[in-house]
Amino acid sequence: MPDCAAVGLPAPVFVLSGYDAFLGFLLIAAAVPVLALVTNKLLSPTSRSGERDLTYESGMEPIGGAWIQFNIRYYMFALVFVIFDVETVFLYPWAVAFHRLGLLAFIEALVFISILLVALAYAWRKGALEWS
Amino acid sequence: MLTAPASAMAAALQAPALVTPGLDLEASFTDVLQGFGLSPAAAHLVWLPLPMLLVLVGAVVGVLVTVWLERKISAAVQQRIGPEYAGALGILQPLADGLKLLWKEDVIPARADGLLFTLGPVLVVVPVILSWLVVPFGQHLLISNVGVGIFLWISLSSIQPIGLLMAGYASNNKYSLLGGLRAAAQSISYEIPLALAVLAVVMMSNSLSTVDIVDQQNGAGILTWNIWRQPVGFVIFWICALAECERLPFDLPEAEEELVAGYQTEYAGMKFALFYLGSYINLVLSALLVSVLYLGGWGFPIPVEWLAGALGQSADAPLVQVITASVGIVMTVLKAYLLVFFAILLRWTVPRVRIDQLLDLGWKFLLPIALVNLLVTAGLKLAFPAFFGG
Repeated sequence: MPDCAAVGLPAPVFVLSGYDAFLGFLLIAAAVPVLALVTNKLLSPTSRSGERDLTYESGMEPIGGAWIQFNIRYYMFALVFVIFDVETVFLYPWAVAFHRLGLLAFIEALVFISILLVALAYAWRKGALEWS
Repeated sequence: MLTAPASAMAAALQAPALVTPGLDLEASFTDVLQGFGLSPAAAHLVWLPLPMLLVLVGAVVGVLVTVWLERKISAAVQQRIGPEYAGALGILQPLADGLKLLWKEDVIPARADGLLFTLGPVLVVVPVILSWLVVPFGQHLLISNVGVGIFLWISLSSIQPIGLLMAGYASNNKYSLLGGLRAAAQSISYEIPLALAVLAVVMMSNSLSTVDIVDQQNGAGILTWNIWRQPVGFVIFWICALAECERLPFDLPEAEEELVAGYQTEYAGMKFALFYLGSYINLVLSALLVSVLYLGGWGFPIPVEWLAGALGQSADAPLVQVITASVGIVMTVLKAYLLVFFAILLRWTVPRVRIDQLLDLGWKFLLPIALVNLLVTAGLKLAFPAFFGG
């Protein structure tokens, strides 16, 4: 990686500071459920009886399991989601740097978003956004 | 008449010097420790866990208060009394409920997948707690002012549906599976308009950092809050936040009448409590972020610097700084709880939407509006840079 000052570039905008706190807070946040579950294990009574371990099905004996093949109607939504989620991630650096980029960046983003709006219209027309 | 305050507002927006450095507890604390002969790195290490534990305790207390408010306000809406025996006005009721759950037996259904069944609630609650990293209560009163700021929250919030899906699938229960699928579909549908609404705010602040986002709004008090410049974004964000928190009218994943309790059906004891904790922490977090993004965060409606100036005090005086910081914390929490109050009232005001209505609202209404809102913000920023963050 070249030295920015030597090459005459401005210093990098993203400074990786404060992420040691992220790691620390990750450990503390992860300790919360672990502590809660361990305390629960120590304090709670344990008794085993056959009936109780059945899955709930409105008071009836469960008929079959839930791990079966069936039509997940959300599949098309998941596909469209991937497209637009990636789009949003692409737009983040654009938005942060927009004040330095000016009109050209606006027109470029306009074209980019227009293409995606056409894609949304296409998905809409094709019925990918219909429930059923 | 109109131009004078407008130009003053524009000048205030462009003058970052007006924002005072504010109380910096970390610097003071590490200075004291270094006075005892600790190295700067060691002093930093001693400091690190303190704000985290404070925020964690604050978040849990916030959840207890929210649960109590929810029960009391719900009762008031329905002309009941609500909890009244545990503590004054029943304020200790949520604590009693939590402790009761701690003593409850943890039942794992015989046909469930034990590992995923346990991992589900953990994956739901950890990212939500972790998101409090970027919630600012003052200029330096947050755990860490990381550069990616608000983006960290958006990325963390997309981990949650994995935990919900995991819980729903692992239960091997039909209700749970359907609830888990609904939760995932709902979550991904509303994540994109949410991220796009945040994007418009980010564009006005030229930064992802939550501290910069608040600083940018507090040039002239309530007049420069983002809600006036981003009214559409505010509404989009609030609707999406409610949907992400699975609050009514969007509580389809656990619609009692059709799915018993959705993905929570098989859960008991502490694992159920973790889901419960996660959903309420998420609600408080969302309300806090609305106040940070649109309602000026820790800012007082009249800039504290102006008030200090009118009273003949310097904004840098130690006492003024302590008062400013306290007012900032109170303002952040007050704004957030105002929104929590609205969320609770909404729960008893509007009926639950159907799943097709939910998906239509997300994909065919909020998504196009959010994209247009972003483009309009970009256009306005080009046309009136003084009013939209330069």
